[in-house]
Amino acid sequence: MTAAIEFHDVRRAFGTIVAVDGVSFAIEPGEFFSMLGPSGSGKTTCLRLIAGFELPDGGQVRLDGIDVSATPPYERNVNTVFQDYALFPHMSVLDNVTYGLRVRRVAAPECRRRGEEMLALVKLADAGARRPAQLSGGQKQRVALARALVNQPKVLLLDEPLGALDLKLREEMQLELRGLQRRLGITFVYVTHDQGEALSMSDRVVVFNRGRIEQLGSPQAIYAQPRTAFVAGFVGAANVIDGRYAVRGEHIGVAPAGSPAPEGAVRIEGTIVDTQYQGAVRRWQVRTDDDQLITATRPEGEANTLHREPGARVALSWARAHQIPLAAD
Amino acid sequence: MAAAAFATASRPLRAASTFFFRRQALAVYLLLVPPLLWFGTVYLGSLFALLAQSFYAIDEFTATVVPRLTLKTYAQLLTQPANLDIVLRTSEMAIAVTIAAAVVAFPIANYMARYARGRMKAFFYVAVMLPMWTSYLVKVYAWRLILAKEGILSWCLGALGLDGALAALLRAPGIGGPSLSSSYLGMFIVFVYMWLPYMILPVAAALERVPANLLSASADLGARPSQTFWRVMLPLAMPGVAAGSIFTFSLTLGDYIIPSVVGAPGYFIGMMVYQQQGTAGNIPLAAAFSVVPIVLIGIYLALARRAGAFDAL
Repeated sequence: MTAAIEFHDVRRAFGTIVAVDGVSFAIEPGEFFSMLGPSGSGKTTCLRLIAGFELPDGGQVRLDGIDVSATPPYERNVNTVFQDYALFPHMSVLDNVTYGLRVRRVAAPECRRRGEEMLALVKLADAGARRPAQLSGGQKQRVALARALVNQPKVLLLDEPLGALDLKLREEMQLELRGLQRRLGITFVYVTHDQGEALSMSDRVVVFNRGRIEQLGSPQAIYAQPRTAFVAGFVGAANVIDGRYAVRGEHIGVAPAGSPAPEGAVRIEGTIVDTQYQGAVRRWQVRTDDDQLITATRPEGEANTLHREPGARVALSWARAHQIPLAAD
Repeated sequence: MAAAAFATASRPLRAASTFFFRRQALAVYLLLVPPLLWFGTVYLGSLFALLAQSFYAIDEFTATVVPRLTLKTYAQLLTQPANLDIVLRTSEMAIAVTIAAAVVAFPIANYMARYARGRMKAFFYVAVMLPMWTSYLVKVYAWRLILAKEGILSWCLGALGLDGALAALLRAPGIGGPSLSSSYLGMFIVFVYMWLPYMILPVAAALERVPANLLSASADLGARPSQTFWRVMLPLAMPGVAAGSIFTFSLTLGDYIIPSVVGAPGYFIGMMVYQQQGTAGNIPLAAAFSVVPIVLIGIYLALARRAGAFDAL
């Protein structure tokens, strides 16, 4: 099967800044694919390269097996949901949704029918006559989604689409997006800096850092087997010990100083810098005697029985099985 | 005392500041009243005095103004073919100048607003405004020399072998004449040159406010660049084009120096106002002529509004 999107050694520089530095990967048809990374890591540039807003300086971008390295956006069968929605302020909601059909000279009644169908799909059937300025953030988001999907694209690109929404709405929209993707079977490429969002929605995740791919894999693989110190730190904030292996905070036990190490465990002593209450868990930040800052999280029930005051001495321990070896950067 | 530590200003000044801080509406109105008084009396007052004059008429035997309300002057304006000609001629020129200024200004404004950065941007803004800081009369007379039969423009066209084309252009009915400096075409060129900055600046300001994302979104949805221009960019820049065209339109309607220095001998509204209130001493007719641009601009704005020029506001 031909990949929906392929990058072959793609490079894109802005002046002296190399935004995408020799990146290669392939996205399968029907996949929910997330591009994760901090700002400036190259994830958004990769999305813009797929959309056609940027053209590569080197390498090749293929859509459906066809080289589109020099194809303008209006000749690509992909559509984008923008971070700030980018709805046309001078058009009604229905005119926004049918824009892609109208510029392709689809007949007016057909435009109207498909536009209304799409608005119904995103649960905004009654909003067609309104202006974008009269909608809430979540509603604008849905209109942007309808405006992209009405063109029946093979690939939908989403650029941090939920960034501007509040937490509850964001979680609702995550579920809805995932459901929509399963139902329509379209390839979704989702750019985010929120690792929770990437892990919970995606079939596969690619982690970017400084224009390069750090790791590509399933959410489980990215979380359980981070390949580099960067991935370990960025996804789920694992502790990187001696720069050689990672240990997740939830796998680190906290005990009074001087207590014996459990069988087959690594044990290290240090001083509590601070602890933070986080609802279900409490977080310890401990400075070890060889000056590493290690974060441990314990369930709140257990936490009540442990040392919490800053300055107190504690022993940290973890099973060797929980040490994830890291590749050198 | 902790509060005393912040008491840096003098006591009465602090008391006054606090008084107005608690009554912000009052402060706003107090700041508004002086300019409003000035504007109201000096500007609107004289405008209404002028409008009132247009409802008087001149006594044909004594040549004095009769202060009695009548529509006689307007009847004279609208029924005498010579006067109607002046109104039509001026309006046609104003429309042609406005369209040409918009067409020339748009690419420049587009570059300034969306492509120029840093020094280049500053250079363009200064370069566009620079002619506005030069004497108006110097520019008009300079243009008369440039456009003259022996002027540099004819010479350049001759050197390029295009003098035949110029001659053909000057033979065209309506816009032609013996030379560029004594034709409507020459006057049109000078008008467009003079008012271009007034079109570029508002259009550039409007284009600055068009988010680049909207143009990307349009392309993303399959619109070719020309479709993006007509469906997204121009409608969103329209308030700026409308603002600029109000300048170019009304400045052309009211100008009396350019038509008297450059161009064909036909009268324009501004010249008529100047002559009627001066040598002819017919203040009511001059006032009635001054009302014409106000009415035309009103009609223009109503049409622009109906066409949706202000929808993006």
